[in-house]
This record gives sequence, C-alpha cells and structure tokens, in this order.
Amino acid sequence: MTSIPASIQAIVPMLSVTLAALACMTWEAFRDKGEPDRMPVGALGIVGLLGAAISAAFLWNGNTTSFGVISGDNFGLFVTLVLAAVGILTIMFSSQVIHRDGIVAGEYYTLILFAIAGMIMMATANDLLVIFIALEVLSLAVYVLTGIRREDPQATEAAFKYFLLGAFSSAFFLYGIAFTFGLAKTTRLDVISSFLAAQALSDNPLILVALGLLLVGFAFKISAVPFHMWTPDAYEGAPAIVTGFMSTAVKAAAFAAFVRVFLMAFEPFSADWAPIVWVIAAATMILGTVVGVAQTNLKRMLAYSSIAHGGYLLVGLVAANEVGKAAILFYLATYAITNLAAFGVIALLGARDRENDELQDYAGLWYSHPGLAALMTVCLLSLGGIPPTAGFIGKWYIFSAAVSAGYYGLAVIGVLTSVISVFFYLRVVVMMYMQERGAEAPVIHVNAISMTALTVSIAAIFYLGILPTQVLNSRPSTTCSSRGASRVRRGRPAAA
Amino acid sequence: MIPLGHYLIVSAILFAIGTAGVFLRKNLITILLSIEIMLNAVNLTFVAFGRAQGNVDGQIITFFVMTVAAAEAAVGLAIVIGLFRHRESLNPDAFTSLKW
Repeated sequence: MTSIPASIQAIVPMLSVTLAALACMTWEAFRDKGEPDRMPVGALGIVGLLGAAISAAFLWNGNTTSFGVISGDNFGLFVTLVLAAVGILTIMFSSQVIHRDGIVAGEYYTLILFAIAGMIMMATANDLLVIFIALEVLSLAVYVLTGIRREDPQATEAAFKYFLLGAFSSAFFLYGIAFTFGLAKTTRLDVISSFLAAQALSDNPLILVALGLLLVGFAFKISAVPFHMWTPDAYEGAPAIVTGFMSTAVKAAAFAAFVRVFLMAFEPFSADWAPIVWVIAAATMILGTVVGVAQTNLKRMLAYSSIAHGGYLLVGLVAANEVGKAAILFYLATYAITNLAAFGVIALLGARDRENDELQDYAGLWYSHPGLAALMTVCLLSLGGIPPTAGFIGKWYIFSAAVSAGYYGLAVIGVLTSVISVFFYLRVVVMMYMQERGAEAPVIHVNAISMTALTVSIAAIFYLGILPTQVLNSRPSTTCSSRGASRVRRGRPAAA
Repeated sequence: MIPLGHYLIVSAILFAIGTAGVFLRKNLITILLSIEIMLNAVNLTFVAFGRAQGNVDGQIITFFVMTVAAAEAAVGLAIVIGLFRHRESLNPDAFTSLKW
C-alpha cells in the first residue's frame, strides 16, 4: 500500500487545472450583477495550467500511478504538456476576442479549464471507464463552448449537431466498453491487455464486436471518415477561437486515449484492426484534402484540413511501432500549436457582427495587416508541411514510421494528399499577398497578450521545425506497460 | 435462472431501437430520448455481465453511466431550448443554416 501523497502524484496536473476551474466558477457565481467582468479570471486559468505543466515536468520519467487507473507515464505527461500549452495559448488569444464578442469571461474560462481537466484525465487514464468519464467531461464542456454565443442561431445549431453526434458516438463507445468488461471482467487496460494476449488465437466474436464499437466511438471523436459529418458544421458555427481549441485539444486527448487503448490493450488483435484503420486513414486523408479544395470559407476549409490531419495521425497508429507512437506525439504537438495559431489569427480578424472568415475577406490582408498576414502564412505553410516549419518534420516522421512498418501504400497516399493540400493552403496565401481588397479594410488593433501568444506559437513552429531532436530525445512515447517486444501476432498485417 | 445470452439479446434490441430512433425520428426531444435508450441498453449489458461474473462491478459502473447520462441530458435539453428560441421548431430538417 503506497502512502497517500505518492498515490496522488499522477493526478496533480489534473487537480491543478480543476482547482483553477473551480476558482473561476466560484468567482463568476459571486460576481455582482452590475460589476464588470474584468477580473483576471484568464490569468487564474493560466496559473492553473502552468501548475499542470510544471507538475507534469516534475513527474517526467517517474512512471507514477494513481489509484491504479491514472498513469503518469511519459506518454500521458507529454500530451498533458501539449494540452497545457494549448490551454494557455487559447486563454491568451481569448483575452481580446471574448470581450469583443460579449461572452461572459467567467463562464468561458471555466468551461475551457474543465474541458482541459477532462482532456488531461483522458490522456493519462489507464482504465476504460475513466476514459469514458473523461471523454464526457471534456465533451460536455466543449458542446457548451460551441454554442456559447447564444444569440447566434448558427452557433446554436452547430452546438446541437455536435452534441447529437457526440452523445450518439459516446453510446457506441460505452457499448464497446461493456463488451470488453464482459470478456475481460475488468475495465483496466493493462489487465485487458494480458487477457487478450492469452486469447490471441481465439475467434471469440464478442472481442471483435467490442473492438468495432470502440473504434466507432474513437473515430467519431477524432472525426475520421466516415464519421466526420459533424466536423465542418461544428467548426464553422463555433466562435473561431473555440474552433481552434477543439480542433487541437480535443483531437490530442482523443488520440492519446485511442493510442493507449489500441496499442496497449488491443495490441494482440492488431492483425484484426490494422486493416480497418488502414482503410479509415486512407479515406480520411483523401476526403479531407479533396473536399477541402472546394471550400470558400476559411474556417470550413481548415475543418477539412483538420480531418485530413487526423488521417495522418491514424497512419502513425497503423504503423503501431515505437517510431509510430513517437511520431503521433510529435505530430500532435506541432499540429496543435500551428492550427491554434491559425485559428487565433482568424479570431483576431473577426468583428462582433461579422466573422470575416470567408476566403474573400483575406484579400489584400498583407496591405492592411502585414504582421498578421505574415504569421498566418507561417501557420499555413506549416500545416501544408513545408520545411523548415514543424509541420514538415511531423509529416516526415509519420510517413517514415509507416514505411518502416511496411505500409508503403499508406505513405504514398499521405504524401500525395499533402501535396494536394498545399494547393488550398497556398490559395489563402495568394489571396493575402496578391489580391487587392475591394472594400475598405477595417483596421484591427491586436492587443499585446494576443500578439505575444502568436509570436510564441510561431517561434515554437520554427523551433520544432529546425531542432526537433530535443523533443524526440526525451523519450516521450514511454508508457507504463509498454509491451513492445512481446507482441503476439496472428499473422502478417495486410500491407498494401 | 435466466441465462446471460437473453439479457444481452434484450439489450442489443434496445440499443438497436435507440439507434434507429436517432436516425428516423423527426423531433429533437424524441432523438434525445433515443440516445437515453441507447445508454440504458448499455447499462443493462453492464448489469448482466456483472451478475454473470458474480460481483458488483457492473452495477457500480452503471451508477457512473447514469450520472453521465443525467449531465448529458441537462446540456442537451439546454441546447434544444436555445435552438427552439431561434427557430420555433423541433424538427431537425428545419435546421439548414449549416450544410450537412
């Protein structure tokens, strides 16, 4: 029996964010009606998130476990760090945006913090039931954030569509948990893993049913084809900064749990799920890219781009080796920072009555706001995977993982789709630099906090793009019960 | 004693009814109820498995799921009310300002 302080070590990051969220909520509840909500609740949130990041750094290489269900291994801690960074950047961008849009700061920051607490829980969870509860904690907060501008019919509609499909997919996910529980008599991932390893040669159909249901649930959350229908709508309807938050943080948390469940617990059955995920990854990359080309709304275009990026991440999952796991983590970090910065620029350029998110609105941005145009260009080039940005290293790493695992077909599809995707990223760049703006451009003043956030993100994009080895050498992909060598394979995976 | 398989078949049927309801019904409240049916079908599965294993784990998990379902219903109904204020309709086909 471990002493209590040691046994709660792994939940300290989560606890820190939760306490900040509770403090924000209490502040909002006791605020007088007339009192302007200028209290630095955002700063409070940043303190909580910094606490999470610092405690995660202290726990690094510690392999702590709390209550047997939350594991503070490097894998979970790395995602925790990414989530804390995303949270801090989101709050910094929001400092300008939410007052403009008339969003109540206390509610908004509370929801962001609760969502991040749920995400950290999901990334470090070592138990299917905990993953489910974390998934719901983060989803419920994000549903509300999507529709936080209640007076906007489009945002409310987006929130409903997101809620409906999210709740629907949670039910599938839970049904998968039920079957896994029925078979393995537990929801603990490590126990399930050893149970399934013993069953590796059996053909119990219930295992495949459980596997399929869990796959459907995860595919919804990471918006993989054919479960992506909600993504463009939810991303277009939500406020731009919330879209940036949910396209990065939710994806990071969901992928962390996805990798944990499929590469740890269901690893012995990878011969069964790898071909399915192969097809999903290919379809996701192709659809996200091809449909993205046809979009005229920048937010919707980035929504399809984020679907395509989900496909690249799935390639790392199919590769199912240590390189693949590290590649997924690195890609998540680069994608999260880049995409969030891009949505940050979109959010800053909006106005209360008009979002300014059509492609046309970006014509001649270079002449009216050269700084924002330059920053946006870096983000778009990184999303397209052009060196020396972080996006290039991320993609290169993912595809090399696929090649080393023998999935040449998937790597070829990935490279081809990222070439096509450069077309629609560059279209925005061409718009910004080479087209004259028809109407008079409104002058937007960007405050210092948002500008700092943008500068930091761009610096991170170049840092990860030029010196990626430092991050990769810190062994981010180590998990508590990494079973690497002791794989039980039922046969060769169907590599194309 | 009723064998485990019977419980599983009932819960599978309930789950299918819920799934069909989400796709076929034309009223937002009914769609929310269909999702609740799906979650309760899963609860039945948990309880059945828990009983077959002779421990209370399955029943304890059910409590967690019920709590989550209640929170989900609260958020869902709030969004439906917000939506109704804008559209004066509960028919999902009326919500077309975003392309599907």
